[in-house]
Parts: sequence; structure tokens; C-alpha cells
Amino acid sequence: MRKNVIFRGKLLPLLLLLPQLVITGLFFFWPAGQAIWSSMLREDAFGLSSNFVGLENFTDVILDPTWRAAAGTTAVFAFSVAILALSVALLLAVQADKAIRGSSLYKTLLIWPYAVAPAVAAVLWLFLFHPQIGLIGRALSTAQIAWDYRLNGGQAMLLVIVASAWKQVSYNFIFFLAGLQSIPKSVLEAAAIDGARPVRRFWTVVFPLLSPTSFFLLTVNLVYAFFDTFGVIHALTQGGPAKATETLIYKVYIDGVENLNLGSSAAQSVILMLIVIAMTVVQFRFIERKVHY
Amino acid sequence: MNQILQDRPQPAATGRSKAPAAVEFRAVSKRYGPVKAVQDVSFSITRGTLVTLLGPSGCGKTSTLRLVAGLEHPSEGRILIDGQDVTHLSAAERDVSMVFQSYALFPHMTVMENVCYGLRASGIRRAEAEAMAAEKLATVGLAGFEKRLPSELSGGQQQRVAVARAIVLEPKVLLFDEPLSNLDAKLRRRVRADIRELQRKLDLTVVYVTHDQEEALAVSDRIIVMRSGVIVQDGTPRDLYERPSNRFIADFIGNANLLPVTIRRTDAVMAEVRVGSASLRLPHRDVADGPAELAVRPQCLSLRARPPGQGELPGRIRKAAYLGDHMEYEVVLDELGTELLVEDPAMAKPLQEGAAVAVALDPAGAVVVPA
Repeated sequence: MRKNVIFRGKLLPLLLLLPQLVITGLFFFWPAGQAIWSSMLREDAFGLSSNFVGLENFTDVILDPTWRAAAGTTAVFAFSVAILALSVALLLAVQADKAIRGSSLYKTLLIWPYAVAPAVAAVLWLFLFHPQIGLIGRALSTAQIAWDYRLNGGQAMLLVIVASAWKQVSYNFIFFLAGLQSIPKSVLEAAAIDGARPVRRFWTVVFPLLSPTSFFLLTVNLVYAFFDTFGVIHALTQGGPAKATETLIYKVYIDGVENLNLGSSAAQSVILMLIVIAMTVVQFRFIERKVHY
Repeated sequence: MNQILQDRPQPAATGRSKAPAAVEFRAVSKRYGPVKAVQDVSFSITRGTLVTLLGPSGCGKTSTLRLVAGLEHPSEGRILIDGQDVTHLSAAERDVSMVFQSYALFPHMTVMENVCYGLRASGIRRAEAEAMAAEKLATVGLAGFEKRLPSELSGGQQQRVAVARAIVLEPKVLLFDEPLSNLDAKLRRRVRADIRELQRKLDLTVVYVTHDQEEALAVSDRIIVMRSGVIVQDGTPRDLYERPSNRFIADFIGNANLLPVTIRRTDAVMAEVRVGSASLRLPHRDVADGPAELAVRPQCLSLRARPPGQGELPGRIRKAAYLGDHMEYEVVLDELGTELLVEDPAMAKPLQEGAAVAVALDPAGAVVVPA
């Protein structure tokens, strides 16, 4: 059915591809190249000159205990956000998938949080959990529960995880709902007739059939937690208290923008880039090979 | 297990045997909002028989089947399986299995896992379940396919997996929902013969849904014909074919021609039936004197290219079609204006379109039905 058009010259196809090539080059490859180049430079203390140091920035970063701590924090943060956002979204999608009255309103409302900017989302959670002005924060203080995420690292982590996950639930929800609706009703009925109760049906039929969706979303959520949560952390905790919520992306910002250590910051972003490339490759491989039926 | 079972231990409603019926419907209705899919339906199905629910689409046959399965619950009435009231039990709690129109195999499980699914759900250990499943897979002729995924099987093989998955649970009732509709014409004949053979061999009670009257006649011990949510006639294939209770059955089963007639009873059995200028003697089958209809099978009409004699009707051929093993004619009767479909096995000298003919009725293929 597909018709292949063959161009005789090389000029016309190149010309047709040019707009996309320019955009990709200008906004993706050039900055990425700059980051890689900067990652191999070191500036003097006054920022007047820079000299080439090879991979020294990378070895410094990897050997730096504060970077390692941030890497650990990021791992805890990213997996917590992904698991929380995925499981809440799946629960909501399963409920929405049931034929209930007003389900379309329910679905529409659930999609709203996705449209909220990360920093605004953080402010909303701040108004809930701030120890002095937050509704829940003050209620907790009144109930004699020691709540102050500005002092308690664990509480700070909990708050940024919840705020970040909340924002991602909508996105996951849409995909899970679409995944659930693509499972044929007769397959679930066949499981019911074979004597499987609802919980067993979910774990033996629904959940496995959703696995391609789940793996796709897991990767998307991890990438989200790695990069797009900067706004949430910046607005809520600024990486504190005592670096308890300093993730890798936040450390890139602190080292580059605040401390003006451009070489180290660039090396850190290159490492982050490699991590994301690796995750994407794993996801594509896995989805194509394993999760297919 | 549940309280409903205890409150009314029901004896069999059918007088035929002491054993309770495999399935019994007592005045069951099912409404979807204002739509009545099934209305006041009662029947009982004897153990070890194959009963077909037959009717045009939207007649309520699939709803009835889903009521047996427990995938739908009645708005009114009671459903009994093997003498137990299952009206309020879910599909998972009933001892029935079903072969779906789409087969509904679990796409992420191998053939073996599909067949084992119900056994594992009922708590049977893996090794034992796999032995039982392997036996049933051999029964349906799929030994050696255990490791395949459903997507690696043909439509016919997928269906046999679905059958194996259903029979491995040794259900009290096995349900088939239009099982042949996704198969090609050649395979249909074989599969329906296989289903019938399996049902007899394993002495299964089967409820079978189809809209195809030929299929129903071929496989069934008994046929329940439905229309607009109610049962129109319930009987053996022969009953329905030879003694239709009304014009709908005559038309639906066997594609009969319907002619307006006037009848006059002459004794307890026979009546004089006037069709236009001709007159026949036929059993009146308790149809009242006066206007009625005569159902005549297309193969029980014969055409002669000569003026009509005694008991024959004048007509004209409107269309003639060569169908390989017989000729098919559309004939318009001069007196009544009625159009008839005639199947003629004589192929050597086909009659021409537009020819005047004498139409003769074979009384053996004609029955009187109420107008």
C-alpha cells in the first residue's frame, strides 16, 4: 500500500529535511555538544580563563562524596515518585474504568493537575503543609505532631515526593485508562467464568496485559523525576534541609548557577544525559523483546 | 457458600426424570433500562443434551446465554442450575463454562496456561492441573501445541483451545456463543460436527447460541427459537421444520413460501385448504376455519411448462438462476399475485424467464399455519 517516492538528486530531499535538521541541531545537538565540551574545561577562580583538563571533571564528580550522596537521594526520590505516581494512577484508572455515573466528569477532573506548572504545584502543596501557614501543617502542629519539613530531612523528602508524584498521576492515569479500555471485555468475562474472582482477575489478566503501558510509564516517570522536578524542589525546599532533598539535577543547578563551577556542573549534566540515554535504550529493548505477546 | 442455596432446595420441574434439570429458567426477564432483552422466559434443559437458542440478531438469545453464565443477572425470575438456585451468584461462583464468539483466550498466556487457568483459580496444584489440561488438549487434537501463544495459532486452533479450556473444568453446563461465526465455511461443518461428537462423548449439557438455522438443525437435540425476547417455539429440529407453530418459524426455519389460504375443517384431523382456484387436503393442526397461511418449502414446489391441471396454479417465471446443484426460480402466481421461491433439481432443460408455468404443490412439504 505504501508508495515510495524516489528523488533523483540529493539536494531536494536535503532541502525538505532542512527545517527539522536546523531545529534539532540548534536546540539539541549544539547545547549538548557545548555541555560535553564544557565538561572537559576548568575555569580559574575568577572566571577569566579556562583550560582543557580531559576527563578530570568526571573523576572529580564521581569521587566527590556530596555528588554520591545526591545520586543516592535521586535514586530514592525518583523510584518513590515513580512507584507512587504509577500505583495511585493505576488505582484511579481501575476505578474510572468501571461503568459509573459521572465517570466522564471524574476523568476530566483527574487530568487537570497535569496542566499545573511544577513550581505552582509546589506552592499548592506549600499552602497545605507549611508549618505556619499551611492548612494541614497547622493542624499537625495543633495535634502536637512535630511537623516542619524545613528542619526535618525525612519530612522534606516525603513532601517533595508527594508533590512531584501528584503532578504526574494525571499523565499516568490517561495512559492506564487507555490501556484498560483496550483489554477486551470478553477476556475478563472468560476469566470470571473460569472461576477467578476480581482480585485474581486483576493480577493474572489485567495487570500482565497492562505491562507494556506500565514499562513505558515507568521510564517516563523516572525521567520526569530526574529532570522535571527541579521546580518542585526549588520552590519547596531548595534542596535542603542539609541537602536532604538535593537531587542530581538540583546539584547541577547549585554548582553551575550558584557556585559558578561550570566545568563540574557540565560534567554532572553529561552524566545525567548518559543515565537517561541508558534508561531509554533499556526501555525500548525491553518493550520490543520481552513485554510482547 | 451462600445462603440462597439453602432457602429453597428445588425439585425438578420437568416430569421426565427424577434428576433435576441441568438448567432451568423460571419466568426470567432481563431489562436494560427501558429495553426488555428477555421477557418472561421459562424452559428447562435435560442433562446431557445439546439445546440451541436460535433467532435473528437482537432476539435475546445471547442475553439468555449470558444469564445462564452469570455475566448478566435477571431483573425478575429465577435461574436454577442442577437444581440449585443460582439467580444471585456471580459467573465465578457458577459451575458453567463458556466458549466465546471471539474465543477470548488470554493473549499473554501459552496454550497450556490458558487451559490451566480455571483449574489453578480453583486451587488445583500446577502439576495436577497441567496433567488434566494436557489430556483435554489431546481430546481436541492440540497435543504438542502447549508452549504456543494464542497469536501463533490459526482461528480454528484458537477455538479448540477455548473448547479445551471450557471442558477441562468439567462444568455442569457448557455454553457456546456463536462458536462458528469466525470460521470459514468449510471449517464450520467440521467444527460443528466435532462439537456435537464431543458433547455426546463426554455426555455434556450444552447450550448453544446461533442465528444460523441450518447450523441449529444440524447440531441440536432441541431448539428454542426466540424473537423479540420471548420464546416462539421450543421443540426438536424435526418439530420445528415440519410443524412450525406460526409463520415466523416457517419462514425462519427452512425459508418457506407463505401463501394466503382459506381452510375448512372436514374432520378431527384434516381440512380442505383452498389456494386460489386449487384445493388441497391437509391436516388442519388445530388452526381455526377461515383465512390462514400455507407454508410451502421451496423444494416441494414443482413447475411444468403447460397449462395448469387439477390442483395446480397458473404462474409466470420472473427470474431463473443456475446455482450449480439446482435451479432457483422466482415465480409470480397469476391469481394471488404472490411471489414464490422454487428450487428445482432438474437442471437439464431449465425454464426460461417470462415463461407461463403450472405450479404444483407437494402436500408433504406444505403445512397450515395461523394467519
